[in-house]
Amino acid sequence: MSVLVDEDTRVVVQGITGGEGKFHTEQMLEYGTNVVAGAVPGRGGQEVAGVPVYDTVHEAAREEDANASVVFVPPAFAGDALFEALDSPVDLVVAITEGIPTQDMARVKRKLRETDTHLVGPNCPGVITPGVAKLGILPGNIFSEGDVGLVSRSGTLTYQVVDDLTSRGIGQTTAIGIGGDPIIGTSFIDALELFENDPDTKAVVMCGEIGGEDEENAAQYIAEHMDTPVAGFIAGRTAPPGKRMGHAGAIVSGSGTGTAESKIDALNDAGVPVGDTPEEVAEHVEDLL
Amino acid sequence: MRLHEYQAKQVFADAGIPTPASTLAETVDDAVAAAEDIGYPVAIKAQVHVGGRGKAGGIKLAEDAEEAREYADDILGMDLKGYEVDRVLVEEAVDFENELYVGVTMDRGEGEPVAMVSTRGGVNIEEVAEEDPDAIAREHIDPAFGMHPYQARKVVYEAGVDRAVANDVASVLQTLYQIWDDRDGSDAEINPLMITADDEVVAADAVFNVDSDALFRQPEIQEMEEEASGGDELEQKADEYGFDYVRLDGNVGIIGNGAGLVMTTLDLVDHFGGSPANFLDVGGGAKAQRIANALDMVFSDDNVDSVVFNIFGGITRGDEVAEGINQALEQFDEIPKPVTVRLAGTNAEEGMEILNEDLVTVEHTLEDAVQRAVEYAQEVDA
Repeated sequence: MSVLVDEDTRVVVQGITGGEGKFHTEQMLEYGTNVVAGAVPGRGGQEVAGVPVYDTVHEAAREEDANASVVFVPPAFAGDALFEALDSPVDLVVAITEGIPTQDMARVKRKLRETDTHLVGPNCPGVITPGVAKLGILPGNIFSEGDVGLVSRSGTLTYQVVDDLTSRGIGQTTAIGIGGDPIIGTSFIDALELFENDPDTKAVVMCGEIGGEDEENAAQYIAEHMDTPVAGFIAGRTAPPGKRMGHAGAIVSGSGTGTAESKIDALNDAGVPVGDTPEEVAEHVEDLL
Repeated sequence: MRLHEYQAKQVFADAGIPTPASTLAETVDDAVAAAEDIGYPVAIKAQVHVGGRGKAGGIKLAEDAEEAREYADDILGMDLKGYEVDRVLVEEAVDFENELYVGVTMDRGEGEPVAMVSTRGGVNIEEVAEEDPDAIAREHIDPAFGMHPYQARKVVYEAGVDRAVANDVASVLQTLYQIWDDRDGSDAEINPLMITADDEVVAADAVFNVDSDALFRQPEIQEMEEEASGGDELEQKADEYGFDYVRLDGNVGIIGNGAGLVMTTLDLVDHFGGSPANFLDVGGGAKAQRIANALDMVFSDDNVDSVVFNIFGGITRGDEVAEGINQALEQFDEIPKPVTVRLAGTNAEEGMEILNEDLVTVEHTLEDAVQRAVEYAQEVDA
């Protein structure tokens, strides 16, 4: 089993005619993802990698029964593209685009509250159910089928941890890259809830980083609502206060919350072992299974 | 990105928020002339991106021309926490009875804008927020509708603002929200908003930070950014190359892709007893030239004794990275600092074959690569 993505996921790629959209559509198809349509205004009637392109997501959803969207639209137009996907509607939207203005995302988040759609991202690597389908840019070959769920704010850190899991023979149900922006669709808690309700997920890995309070909130959720064991990792222990480390969210304000220490403490208090290195996280998962 | 006080005040004043009369000056003579025009007393304020300017000697009150000359001379050219002061704002000193704090920011937890008012103005508001959070009244704003006038009034009354000026303060707050919304603000703050004996409100300081991702649709703000540039030389270079870069005080240079992975590499350097010299994220899909630029950056930091590359390719290709490393290093007769490379993910095997092992040390795991780089740095140190 899996969460968010399974055999019935039928994908429309927004921005399929762009360089990245085209390349990753090919990669997704090669992995076995059921990409059924593309959507690009003014490009209706074309084909990319054998996939029919429509002018609107509505049309793609109607004509091809698409129920999920992956967004490769440039940042200036991505907010609008997300509204279009939410309005079409599809069940899952995965936003890969990096650099969407925060106020656009605040409006998208507001719209999201009125829908049943799951939004993953933006500024994320996507979602993968190994052996079934990937929606996004994750390198499929490092993942393997198994019973560990993974949720992470960072793309390349996801790859590192998955690599350490896979090399120990620990496969994954689904991996979700939720993205590092200040405002995102799916939070740690949303993802943890999905994994908790998935009977095939036997353990969960949660990779966080400095900045914000999402990890602290997730720790509280784990303590109160989860039976499935969780192992954790927090990036940015050595980051100096007040400096922004790439991700908009990864800034330590200097006050009590948001630091690596406060996140690790909160997770430990919730019974979550936190690895000092990605390798140690994999060891913790081995112990939990 | 952060505007200077004089720029933020200009934006606020253009929208109708009352600000004191002021003039920007780059020389002592200009500062004195400005003070004469405005009339004494005047405040002379360093225009640099440093908090606590007053305490650090960057703001002084001049009562006459002699003091104006003396203080302008003191402040212009001074080093304020690492920033050289090249401009001062000469400003009418407002005689006030009370000071308020008024601000608009994004509450990232809620994903919604929040407006804030406090009667504890004129002090470090972060300290107030920590010691006595109830001293700041807050109102979340639905971004679909913007700030309703009643919300501005509500938060002003909840903060306990004097009734005589409540309407004017609410109006300032509403304008501040509108600026924040129209100009893609991340933080807009007035601290202090001064209340005079005649119940006038005046913005005595102004902070306006704009979402860097939205600058493409804020051409006027972008112009201000160019005018306001300054700071660490290496960080400026990073801006030119388009890297996320932060200079730190250790001696192991770190280059990687993806913020989370680069931070993890920093943490591992520390874990293995080393000290990171920088955070450098080349971003996704970096081509050979970009990798060469990254090496150029890290080599030009004198503190660096050893460099480690940690690349886990998704969208980034290992062969491109390897080519970039070769290209950058082949220019040298002698490699200035030892370079350790770890490549994984997309096209990593191809990359490993291309990589010139006469120039770099190759390691196959993250842990081994970091440990090796730390050892190299320690050898130089010893």
